[in-house]
Amino acid sequence: MKPPKFEYHAPTTLDEAVAALGRYGGDAKVLAGGQSLMPLLNFRLARPAALVDLNRVASLAYIREQDGQVRFGAMTRQRTIEFSPVVAQHLPLLKEATRWVGHLPIRTRGTIGGSIAHADPSAEYPAVLAALEGEVVARGAKGDRVIRAADLFQTYLTTNLAPDEILTEVRLPAMPAGVGYALEEFARRHGDFAIVGIAAMVVREGQRCTMARLATAGAGPVPVRLRAAEEILERDGLGEAAIDAAARKATELVDPDADIHASADYRRHLAGVLTKRALTRAIGVARG
Amino acid sequence: MVTVRLKVNGVAHEGRCEPRKLLVDFIREDLGLTGTHVGCEHGICGACTIMFNGEAARSCIMLAVQADGAELGTVEGLMRDGKLHPLQEAFREHHGLQCGFCTPGMLITALDLLRTNPSPSDREIREGISAVLCRCTGYQGIVNAVRAAAPILASGR
Ligand SMILES: Cc1cc2nc3c(=O)[nH]c(=O)nc-3n(C[C@@H](O)[C@H](O)[C@H](O)COP(=O)(O)OP(=O)(O)OC[C@H]3O[C@@H](n4cnc5c(N)ncnc54)[C@H](O)[C@@H]3O)c2cc1C
Ligand code: FES
Ligand code: FES
Repeated sequence: MKPPKFEYHAPTTLDEAVAALGRYGGDAKVLAGGQSLMPLLNFRLARPAALVDLNRVASLAYIREQDGQVRFGAMTRQRTIEFSPVVAQHLPLLKEATRWVGHLPIRTRGTIGGSIAHADPSAEYPAVLAALEGEVVARGAKGDRVIRAADLFQTYLTTNLAPDEILTEVRLPAMPAGVGYALEEFARRHGDFAIVGIAAMVVREGQRCTMARLATAGAGPVPVRLRAAEEILERDGLGEAAIDAAARKATELVDPDADIHASADYRRHLAGVLTKRALTRAIGVARG
Repeated sequence: MVTVRLKVNGVAHEGRCEPRKLLVDFIREDLGLTGTHVGCEHGICGACTIMFNGEAARSCIMLAVQADGAELGTVEGLMRDGKLHPLQEAFREHHGLQCGFCTPGMLITALDLLRTNPSPSDREIREGISAVLCRCTGYQGIVNAVRAAAPILASGR
């Protein structure tokens, strides 16, 4: 089908974009990469009065290192992230996750800000944001506010961004050198949204684990940090028994729903299997 | 109505359309370039894939107005001097197409793959072309064609 009628704004500055959005009091939508919003418009599942297109706001596309973080302008394309040397060096988990986001022609347009604002429960970037304890910056009429990953995701496709706020920046702490990481996911075809995905990060000192991070995609309405499973590794180390215990714990911590793609039980099972795979691979690449 | 000025395969075009006009419809209906196909209209099938400023992208989930000022490449631009592009030649040689519906999107996608990764493994070729759905070939002929074209493109024809 074709999109319904809308008023179209293509501001060139962030201030104009915020002002344009504010004028519609919640009836306008931000258009970023369009890789999720345009299908909704084409199917008329979304019928906003207006679109505020950010694609001409040049100041929203950058990758910058600052204060031990890598900061991304919201309009930074997933494709740019995939090939960025800064990302390869400091955020290898994000680079790995990017290869799972749709396909190269999708990543040409899709943005980091759009993926996080859209908050699809199966999307990879929200899981990485949760695993790395990142944060985002939102700009509204009242100015900027910083939102931590743990506070951002509310439920399916819902963040705590207000309708008149624009997500402007994504901040991810640089991963420590020698860190182990992996993103494992299961989908029926490459490029499909994950049925379940697990992002893992471990910092090791010999067989000891000084930090473990585990976050899910597709195992509930929002990304879930598997803190109790992380604690098992931080307490018991990185041996096989601890990995198995963490994987078992993962199946208890998630509360997935059933949909046409998979039953809740199957998703729960996958959470355990993928946790084990992700940890095993992460520990294999960790140095220290 | 908005005015859209852009280049397609190096040729300047101008048109007027509603802001809600999809880029693929603008290319096909307003510019008359029907080589680019349209299938699913929601980004899944890849038939509408074009080059947008040198990078493959779906033209069914982009607005024509967003392409104002852009340089597009479509399947019509692949031939040079009446001769098929080496990638097209490889598709013909290796049975990379049957009905041809997916082929324009498949060619553009494969071209983008080979530009970013000039000597892909079979696994990487499969991952790359998984961006486009083909109901006819079973994909093996397409994989063979892309593999065969890779060294030819890498050597600059
Ligand atoms: C075939 C296909 C396969 C895909 N597979 C995957 C996959 O495997 N994994 C995955 O994670 N994604 C996948 N996606 C979706 C992904 O590509 C999108 O890029 C992403 O979900 C949305 O990003 P976008 O920049 O395209 O945002 P848009 O589609 O433009 O916007 C999405 C939503 O977020 C809002 N929004 C966007 N940017 C902002 C902002 N800066 N501030 C406030 N609100 C904003 C919009 O208003 C809209 O509601 C797929 C898409 C397609 C078409
Ligand atoms: S028509 Fe564009 S992806 Fe199917
Ligand atoms: S050749 Fe018929 S769809 Fe691919």
